Amino acid sequence: MPKLVKDGAIIDDTWTRLDKPEGDAAEVNVPAGQVIVPLSVWQAQREQLQARDDIGVWLDSDESAFDLGDDAKQLPLVAVNLPAFMDGRAFSTARLVRERFGFSGELRAVGSFIRDQMCYLSRCGVNAFRFDDETIDLEKAKQSLQDFTEFYQAGVDQQQPLFRRRA
Amino acid sequence: MYIYDQYDHEILRQRVAQFRDQTERYLAGDLSEAEFLPLRLQNGLYVQRLAPMLRINVPYGMLNSTQLRRLARIARDYDKGYCHVSTRQNIQYNWPALEQVPDILAELAEVEMHGTQSSGNCIRNVTSDQFAGVAPDEVVDPRPYCEIIRQWSSFHPEFAFLPRKFKIAVSGSQMDRAAIQVHDIGLQLVKNGAGAIGFKVLVGGGLGRTPVIGSVIREYLPQEHILTYLEAILRVYNLHGRRDNKYKARIKILVRAMGPENFAEAVEKEWEHLKDAPSTLRDEDIVRAKSYFTEPDYATLDDASAQAQLDQQAGENVPFSKWLMRNVRQHRVAGYASVTLSLKPTGIAPGDLTDAQLERIADLAERFSFGEVRTTHEQNVVLADVRKTDLLELWQAAKEAGFATPNIGTLTDIICCPGGDFCSLANAKSIPIAEAIQRQFTDLDYVYDLGDLDLNISGCMNACGHHHVGHIGVLGVDKKGQEFYQVMLGGNAGNEASLAKVLGPAFEAEQMPGVVQNLVNVYLENRTEEELFIDTYNRIGIAPFKERVYAKAS
Repeated sequence: MPKLVKDGAIIDDTWTRLDKPEGDAAEVNVPAGQVIVPLSVWQAQREQLQARDDIGVWLDSDESAFDLGDDAKQLPLVAVNLPAFMDGRAFSTARLVRERFGFSGELRAVGSFIRDQMCYLSRCGVNAFRFDDETIDLEKAKQSLQDFTEFYQAGVDQQQPLFRRRA
Repeated sequence: MYIYDQYDHEILRQRVAQFRDQTERYLAGDLSEAEFLPLRLQNGLYVQRLAPMLRINVPYGMLNSTQLRRLARIARDYDKGYCHVSTRQNIQYNWPALEQVPDILAELAEVEMHGTQSSGNCIRNVTSDQFAGVAPDEVVDPRPYCEIIRQWSSFHPEFAFLPRKFKIAVSGSQMDRAAIQVHDIGLQLVKNGAGAIGFKVLVGGGLGRTPVIGSVIREYLPQEHILTYLEAILRVYNLHGRRDNKYKARIKILVRAMGPENFAEAVEKEWEHLKDAPSTLRDEDIVRAKSYFTEPDYATLDDASAQAQLDQQAGENVPFSKWLMRNVRQHRVAGYASVTLSLKPTGIAPGDLTDAQLERIADLAERFSFGEVRTTHEQNVVLADVRKTDLLELWQAAKEAGFATPNIGTLTDIICCPGGDFCSLANAKSIPIAEAIQRQFTDLDYVYDLGDLDLNISGCMNACGHHHVGHIGVLGVDKKGQEFYQVMLGGNAGNEASLAKVLGPAFEAEQMPGVVQNLVNVYLENRTEEELFIDTYNRIGIAPFKERVYAKAS
């Protein structure tokens, strides 16, 4: 089973992620089990999917946290996709999901990010990391979460900026 | 000057360790070229034409003697014995070896310096006025706010992968010497009717291939809200800035596309949610930042007698009097003056400094100016706090070291990027053009008679030489593998910011001194008394210049 880093530990990834549909999102068959659906599928099938407790939603880099909005609160998992690691929109989206919409479940980074971004992503509220590239050494990658242990500015993980904490 | 505490040292130590690991992974093949690129850029490391180039931040231009000596040692031990002052007040090395960059960064960290975010698509070094804290026209000292913003932007987790580079400048004086109208964000410190400090906020200015003057999106923002407001601007930009085309990715394009009013509205809407968050500055936070930028230990001096002595010395010594006229400025404290050391003698690349010169400046700073200097975006160095009674002695010492060329603000104080001699982006050389023009105007009295005249040269449209805001701007262009130079007129970087207009077809390198001479001649023939080049240009327009230059050139 594929692995991911969650809350600093390497665990099995028990979720399946559905690709964006080519055709009508309302027609997509969402299988049983833990499934992360694209935003369009969630929006099209919200009524049915809401009844389940094993549905997560993923936002692409050009999709807004506002499009999911308060729905986030009822989901166990939200994912933000980085189609290319230089596309930094997911960083803002993650913060908005956490801070604006009060999401407290698993916030997962998916896609083509690199381990050197994990520390920053975690400061934006991401607590799970699922690399598209399954050959990545997660033991080593995990160490990047410790690149910095002290920060100047506020983040999701540390709401008090350093200037308020200095002795 | 800001002094690091254990937090700053720890953060920087972790940064150096992180980059050392990244460099090792890259060299071992574990990190691809594409992946390493933004990581090295965010530590100041470019790969250039002849070797890597390392850009070191000089926040708001301030350096002390210890730092200057360390920069000298790095130039000697890791480079070819010199460095370069850039138009963003930074220091650049042109020949470091990639493998040694982590060691250089470790050496810098020891003296509270770094290359953090000096390149890449992130918030760059915050720049300011080189006369901050000493200028007579200052309303509020910008440096404490620059430092607050520097800390906020350093390793900002949300804004390290923006659509494009992002530059902030802060000015606290009536006269803008930080070019805030041509920055992604320009902040003008102001006092409201009640005397409370705040910011006028400009967004979307910039040079590069689409030069734009910034728009005011807020006339007055109380100082305590600066960080949350910046956060709101950056978030709107990060989410909505174009990412499909790097030439259209700067915030100026977004502001234009949305319209400044709509952009301002989007920022205000975002800010509603961020306002009053813990990042709001308390009085004690501002007081703390200000405590690092208190006055040096000025003596109580008799200005009248110091000035009388100076006038006498100037009367007896013509070269000294010329230097006083061009390179020395009024200071707000009685008996003191600010001195600009010129890095523009003819024959030296503008802004270049050798290791020995760095050490000389460190010595001069200790002897004459409380051990501190400032770099300028015009690529010179300032000793901000010199006793008037010491000026003669300083002049003699500066002359000996090659820093006393009395040309500050004149035609030969050319702003010039490294150009095709060093930069892999450049379309044309720029340093030899600067030198040829300097050689055309060697008669100082003639140059003084021309008065203030900004001539800015860029080797490509990325505009590191700020050619759009030169009274005379020169842009290197490539035509079928040959280097040509486009001339522009009418740019201005100060309060009356304006963008230069293209004169006409480009010239060959050999023609450039003659072209500039023609432009100057048209000015001399048309000026009224007291009129500067830019004033004459604004009055008579581009046509007479164009006529003369192309009549002679054809």
